[in-house]
Amino acid sequence: MSQREVLELLRENARYAAADVARMTDLDESEVEAAIEDLEAAGVVRGYQAVVDWDRLPDERVRAEVELNVTLDRETSYDDIAERLARFPQVKALRLVSGDYDFDMEVEGDSIREVSRFISEKVAPVPEITQTVTHYVMTSYKENGIELGDGDDDDRLSYTP
Amino acid sequence: MTLEPSERVRAVPPSGIRRFFEIAEERDDVISLGVGEPDFSTPWAARDAAIHSLERGRTSYTANRGMADLRESIAAYVDDRFDLAYDPGEEIIVTAGASEAVDLAFRAFVDPGDVVAISQPSYISYEPGVTFAGGEVLPVPTREEDEFRLTVDALEAAGAADADALVLCYPNNPTGAVMDRGDLASVAEFAREHDLAVFSDEIYAELTYEGEHASIATFEGLRERTVVFNGFSKAYAMTGLRLGYALAPAEAVTAMNRVHQYGMLSAPTTAQHAALEALDSCDGDVREMVDAYDRRRRFVISRFREIGMPCFEARGAFYVFPEVPDGWTAEAFAEELLREEGVAVVPGDVFGTGGEGHLRVSYATGLEELREALARIESFLDERV
Ligand SMILES: Cc1ncc(COP(=O)(O)O)c(C=O)c1O
Repeated sequence: MSQREVLELLRENARYAAADVARMTDLDESEVEAAIEDLEAAGVVRGYQAVVDWDRLPDERVRAEVELNVTLDRETSYDDIAERLARFPQVKALRLVSGDYDFDMEVEGDSIREVSRFISEKVAPVPEITQTVTHYVMTSYKENGIELGDGDDDDRLSYTP
Repeated sequence: MTLEPSERVRAVPPSGIRRFFEIAEERDDVISLGVGEPDFSTPWAARDAAIHSLERGRTSYTANRGMADLRESIAAYVDDRFDLAYDPGEEIIVTAGASEAVDLAFRAFVDPGDVVAISQPSYISYEPGVTFAGGEVLPVPTREEDEFRLTVDALEAAGAADADALVLCYPNNPTGAVMDRGDLASVAEFAREHDLAVFSDEIYAELTYEGEHASIATFEGLRERTVVFNGFSKAYAMTGLRLGYALAPAEAVTAMNRVHQYGMLSAPTTAQHAALEALDSCDGDVREMVDAYDRRRRFVISRFREIGMPCFEARGAFYVFPEVPDGWTAEAFAEELLREEGVAVVPGDVFGTGGEGHLRVSYATGLEELREALARIESFLDERV
């Protein structure tokens, strides 16, 4: 299915020009553009972002993976709690997961202090949240399917038969 | 006697790729489209099997012809994929790369003075291999008008009717040409009629985009006269592991094994374990790599056409073979392009008659680099053509 192919290519690199995507598939440029518009309109493609390797920038950026446990009552659902948390700009990702805890939340800030304060002042006090476990990210090796190594590990000779 | 190179060695000139390599080494911003090997790593499962075999201390020689279970897997694989039915006990030999298989065949079957016809342009090792075996090379040039497929006209024009053997390489390095069943039928007929042995290098068989790979050994009367070469280097991204194989009737394999058992004893054991796993569980990895090559292939062909370098629709391996603009030799163009723009490609002449005026461009390189390389070629053309 060509829409799927376009999607895979966008995920590989959202900045591929429609003309280049057309070259790589059997579609022509206008078909590629139409497929992308459809994917956006249907809400399949929700946005485009840069994949950043923060370690390469001089300014500090702190990220944490936070495990959240909640207890639900008759009035409150997972969706209600999620809606409340997702609103904070510090929360970059939020997922309901199976296993030992309920939500998996990614938080970003400019310092450990800022992130800690956000969790203790904004997240922990939410009445349904019974426990938070914060894991600060030390090094990131892969983000959004892209490896963050230096990329010069191609040790092939420049000419081979 | 001092260490004077033998006549056979002296008869083989140094590789045409060498000089370019030296120029490329002088600078560090080269984008290389000059490579004949995958840019992917060996699938993890195969690497893991190699590691595991080492951990278990499996480091002794194997049977000369290769591990029995590997030969069985190869037999099942070639039957399933290419309709080639060979008995793993007697009709398969595992070698140190397809390179060794090619060399074994020439040494086992070519007598001094035998004439070996080679469809050209093609992989650079056949000609020296025939010379080292004492045979004579008969080039059979193919033409761009035929999409570099081998035709009976070309065979006849070159005088191949009087040759003793014929070397085929499809999907082809360097052109990317493939031969479908229809094309092969007439070549098969020619080989039968003129009693030629056929050496068919099918190492790029998995890398066939659009359509299915066809092997000449599947044609009536061809199996008895054909040796098929294949290996793990290209489709499984295992070049450095050095593992290939040959398929042929029992007596022919016995003859090749006679050379192999003295010269090589057995193919690398670690690599054989990797290969067994590759056949067993790496289909998905192969599919992914083939899809990626296919996307790059379409991209590269379309860009060459757009910037005004005609390029036929290569359908196999990972090369395209565009024409250099009028007024240039392939060699001058490739050298100037390398010096001025830092883009490494191989002039087509290196691969024999029929390759003049073309470049071999490998797309076994990431799309970003291909984009940049094509942009540099475009600006090179704008400035000097
Ligand atoms: C047509 C062809 N045959 C054989 C080989 C050598 O393969 P191997 O690595 O299995 O020796 C190559 C490598 O470039 C090739 O292009």
